[in-house]
Amino acid sequence: MERDFSQLDTIIQAYQTKPGILIPLLQEVQDLLGYLSKDAMRYIADKMQIPAADIYGVATFYSMFKLKPQGRHIVRVCKGTACHVSDADEIKEALRAALRLQSDEDTTMDMKFTLVEVACLGCCSLAPVIMIDDTTYGKLTPELIPNILQRYAFGEDK
Amino acid sequence: MSQITVKVGLASCGVAAGAMEVFELLEKHREQGADFRLMRTACIGMCFEEPIVELSGGKLGTLSLGQVKPGDILENIEEYRQDKIPNANVILTETHEGSRDSLLSEQTRIVLKNCGVIDPKSIDDYEAHGGYSALKKVMTMSPQEVIEIIKASGLRGRGGAGFPTGLKWSFAAQAKGAKKYVICNADEGDPGAFMDRSTLEGDPHNVIEGMIIGAYAMGADEGYIYCRAEYPMAVKHLKLAIADAQRKGYLGRSILGTNFYFTLHIKEGAGAFVCGEETALMQSIEGKRGMPVIRPPFPAESGLWGCPTNINNVETWANITWIINHGANEFKEIGTQDSPGTKVFALTGKIAGSGLIEVPMGISLRDIIYKVGGGMKSDRPFKAVQMGGPSGGCIPDSLLDTTVDYDSINATGAIMGSGGMVVMDSSTCMVDVARFFLNFTQSESCGKCTFCRIGTRRMLEILTRITKGLGTMEDIQKLRDLAANITKGSLCGLGQTAPNPVLTTLRYFEDEYLAHIQDKRCPAKVCSSLLRFEIIPDQCIGCTACARVCPVSCISGKVKEVHLIDQELCIHCGACYSACKFNAISKG
Repeated sequence: MERDFSQLDTIIQAYQTKPGILIPLLQEVQDLLGYLSKDAMRYIADKMQIPAADIYGVATFYSMFKLKPQGRHIVRVCKGTACHVSDADEIKEALRAALRLQSDEDTTMDMKFTLVEVACLGCCSLAPVIMIDDTTYGKLTPELIPNILQRYAFGEDK
Repeated sequence: MSQITVKVGLASCGVAAGAMEVFELLEKHREQGADFRLMRTACIGMCFEEPIVELSGGKLGTLSLGQVKPGDILENIEEYRQDKIPNANVILTETHEGSRDSLLSEQTRIVLKNCGVIDPKSIDDYEAHGGYSALKKVMTMSPQEVIEIIKASGLRGRGGAGFPTGLKWSFAAQAKGAKKYVICNADEGDPGAFMDRSTLEGDPHNVIEGMIIGAYAMGADEGYIYCRAEYPMAVKHLKLAIADAQRKGYLGRSILGTNFYFTLHIKEGAGAFVCGEETALMQSIEGKRGMPVIRPPFPAESGLWGCPTNINNVETWANITWIINHGANEFKEIGTQDSPGTKVFALTGKIAGSGLIEVPMGISLRDIIYKVGGGMKSDRPFKAVQMGGPSGGCIPDSLLDTTVDYDSINATGAIMGSGGMVVMDSSTCMVDVARFFLNFTQSESCGKCTFCRIGTRRMLEILTRITKGLGTMEDIQKLRDLAANITKGSLCGLGQTAPNPVLTTLRYFEDEYLAHIQDKRCPAKVCSSLLRFEIIPDQCIGCTACARVCPVSCISGKVKEVHLIDQELCIHCGACYSACKFNAISKG
């Protein structure tokens, strides 16, 4: 599938001459496109005249880069030590159940939510913790999950 | 009468607990003419009491209120204005009669001196609290004199390994090269650690000032702060602080009118734990996969883009201004002879007073947990404290009198690490904890070294087997052999220390491993495969809730009759246990 990626040209141009730019460049591209498709990575490689394998290597190394389309809201469930000993697994299961995710899925069918596990959100005193987009919710119990998700489910689709 | 000042703690923890709603409400009322000064600050460290609001300027002196609710705060301010102790959860008073004062009195604040005190977004407030005075002092000294002070202070790197900072600086200063770099490692990746986040959110200028001083001492003209992207507020505060410092002439060309110049950039990480390792971190700044490279050459000789580079972590940089202002001797009076100064810890887990603390080196773990941390959260007894994250280990009750210094902690098999301290009680399974950390290091291994890449995976498989009740006695020896080989066969700290959580739990809690393997029992009742769920007939009212949630339909019984679990079919998922509202299901 050929897609027009010329919208990336301004980003590529802004970075082209600077050293060590690949990571921030890919971050900006991902912000624009939502994820890094193979075609987008090939396009950048062409324009930057660097091997596509270098870009793919960086994109797969860092957990921040997504190679698949993501849901509109990112739900991060913290799996840090403090959360783990405070039953973070139960929170994760409650999220999966509420989002009706099948065992190998992490994004809902309607592309509204993507569930990801993160190592630590650094709010250990409030464990167990989840973060939806930029908002952190702490001191959770599985019962609280459906209500929290409800706030994102309706009305604010932009 | 002087005006009342209302200060709201707006660090990540506070915001997550609802501090922003409190702040916005107060802001609205002030705009409508309410008579008080409103200020923002960051984290005072008592995260368990968030949101925290501090009142000052009245006859009662300074008061801090914890777990503030938006509905009560306006009334609390009025009570304070009328010199009445607010009808709220008062956590600190100036007269030290508050319920939580003991938690702070055991602490010594060097790194966190401004955290929760100043407005982190205001360079003027930082200057009013003595900010940038250390830099001004340094500008009258030679670079060599600065290094001598840091050497004499005995400061050791707070990133975990404890290498003497002054010595490290002198290597970079002596290295030949026209271009040199200084780097601040703020890639705080240990699960259960948030010291650096709080420091950067609460007092970004202190870290920046430390870096400018270091750059002057080592002859560097460019610096990077490599910050975890999961810390958006820290990045925001740093960006603002750098712009303000530039505007005021502390960064950029001709700093403070001299011919010294230094520029500072922020690099946001992209989510890879191994980038906390210094050589991997530099690879990442260069835009590559963050994989460690062989040392020597050490970064002091050939680091970022082949130039001499000095890397220190956030807490180390945050110590510099205090040492310059107070002198090496005063610094050495705090702490122990070999580990002078203080250490910041993120105290979390099953502890009553979880939060951010700074204590003098040499304090015992017992004092940290029972005095500073206020003891256990519940009635369940203390079992272990985990220090050093995935590179560290679990220290048992019998060693609680161990003092906090690099060498004593190492002797237990754990490490000081960067400062994560997770307290565990009898409801924590130590085999499960070991499996948890191995799962982490296994997935974060960059894959370069075979022992780390495959060895950690094999260890994880064995531990998973044990937690499922399928372990054998040979597995324990296999774990020990793998641990020894991974330590020997790995290039960087991640691999070399990855077996530590397993080794320490085997050393102090072998009986728990044996219970899983021989008795097929999890003493802490965590490993669900080893649990037996049964219905207590006297408590069951026959509501059918358990039967409805059972994924394998192994619960039988009619409405209003006692139900029964078929143990042959049960998959130990615990769904029935969670669903029962009458405590009629036993787990054991």
